[in-house]
Amino acid sequence: MVEENVKYEAAAAAGSAAAAGAEGATRVGLAAGVAYGSSSMDLEAAKGTWRVKKGLAEMLKGGVIMDVTTPEQAKIAEDAGAVAVMALERVPADIRAAGGVARMADPAVIEKIMNAVTIPVMAKARIGHFVEAMILEAMGVDYIDESEVLTPADESYHINKHAFKVPFVCGCRNLGEALRRIGEGAAMIRTKGEAGTGDVVEAVRHMRAVMDDIRRVQSLPVEELMTAAKEMGAPYDLVKEVHDTGKLPVVNFAAGGIATPADAALMMYLGADGVFVGSGIFKSEDPAKRAKAIVEAVAHYEDAKLLAEVSKGIGEAMRGIYVGGMKPEEKIQGRGW
Amino acid sequence: MVRGHGGPAASRSKLPATGRGSSLVRGRVELETHQMSNMNQKSASDLRVGVLALQGDVSEHLEMMGRVGARSLPVKTPEGLEGLDGLIIPGGESTTVGKLLVRYGLDEAICRRVREGMALYGTCTGLILLAQRIHGSAQPRLGLMDMDVERNAFGRQVDSFEIDIPIPAIGGAPFRAVFIRAPFIREVGPGVEVLARLPGPGGQIVMARQGKLLASAFHPELTDDPRVHAYFLRMILGQ
Repeated sequence: MVEENVKYEAAAAAGSAAAAGAEGATRVGLAAGVAYGSSSMDLEAAKGTWRVKKGLAEMLKGGVIMDVTTPEQAKIAEDAGAVAVMALERVPADIRAAGGVARMADPAVIEKIMNAVTIPVMAKARIGHFVEAMILEAMGVDYIDESEVLTPADESYHINKHAFKVPFVCGCRNLGEALRRIGEGAAMIRTKGEAGTGDVVEAVRHMRAVMDDIRRVQSLPVEELMTAAKEMGAPYDLVKEVHDTGKLPVVNFAAGGIATPADAALMMYLGADGVFVGSGIFKSEDPAKRAKAIVEAVAHYEDAKLLAEVSKGIGEAMRGIYVGGMKPEEKIQGRGW
Repeated sequence: MVRGHGGPAASRSKLPATGRGSSLVRGRVELETHQMSNMNQKSASDLRVGVLALQGDVSEHLEMMGRVGARSLPVKTPEGLEGLDGLIIPGGESTTVGKLLVRYGLDEAICRRVREGMALYGTCTGLILLAQRIHGSAQPRLGLMDMDVERNAFGRQVDSFEIDIPIPAIGGAPFRAVFIRAPFIREVGPGVEVLARLPGPGGQIVMARQGKLLASAFHPELTDDPRVHAYFLRMILGQ
């Protein structure tokens, strides 16, 4: 987190230890003393910048990120066309069933998955558990999900994500929560839904809430923005940015309960930039087929004929839990502050 | 941009021209009939540039092409390629995009359109898919440019970086190049012109051109600097 050895073997360039600068960005001299006749040229490679963190999420747009627990599952996900995998010890449905305390996965499990695929590998840290995040960063995980699916480590505060070079994704149920997480340094947002249920209703609720909030903020006169920021509990400058641009400052995926190609396409229609599928794939009858079908459904979400085609003969979906029949304390979406 | 409030009609109106439109087919006939004379007279605003919209940072490229004065549209189907003067393959996950290309015959359609004169620019993932040789990988590709590329060549995301690089072909000051889990070009064939290298002892090739094919390992669409997109436009116009 604070200091690290910068690998640059492939680049065969500088390879000295570098100290993290502001916001965790690391600067590495690539060619000190090389001049190109330009006065304003910055010859240092800046790592962990906001643009670089946010940029990876932008490259994932229109894609599916799949929860996996073994290298074999990770290969199935990659072969199906996943843009990234989330390395876990257990998928949310099993975390829910097992009860107890859910923590960061065993680094050995994550490492095996990192070695099995060439696509980005994400991993989850508990809310507020910045040491789990430091461990994941040290391992070279590509994105950290500070996730309500795990048992929170801090009941008041999230991780200061600006202090890291690795980017973070965080869950939200509305615009205020999304902007608080972005204010803390999240470079990507996902709506929470209700993980491990296979019931898409909460994912829909949260995506609609975020989109409705954005439309509302966009339509407010400027003098009302401060009060809106106060009411949403969101940083004013980010509320102002949403007002001016009509969109979130970072990429927003849907998550929590997506189980079918149609679910995934529905979330794309509602405004998701892409989807996370947790238990929905590897808790289904034929994960490889379902994974491929969901990838195609997200890429071509507006083509209903194609959706019908890809939804055929992919085996049974995960059985699922009806969220309306759950007690409030059974829901995990309320975790996060 | 906030996408639709829901409902097919709302969303369709955002993406009307991803193929299938009869106007595009008409456009092709016109282009084939008057291709040579047309290309000589065309100006930037006449050009129709598609952005492959299967996966990746499509909107950033659409916005950038709009800024440099071309009409740009997302493309998802072989039909959508007809009548295009140029196509951009955006940043994304190369294994994902490669698979989706093959699944719907877009790979063959793109190669055919390139033979017919369509220009092509690939960023990052696009560069990988353009290469004939991908180091240590048998993944699907277009294989149009005579070059050897290496994926994730700088390491994982924590090693992603931005840096100023000189690109003489686009003119002016050094360009702020953003590399995200980026590839680089290990070697190019005789017909490929190297347009940019990383500063420093490695001097890796990060931008190259072969006729009407352009590739960069970095993402100009993530910056506010439209010079690379403007260069692609001039390339299409044959300037």
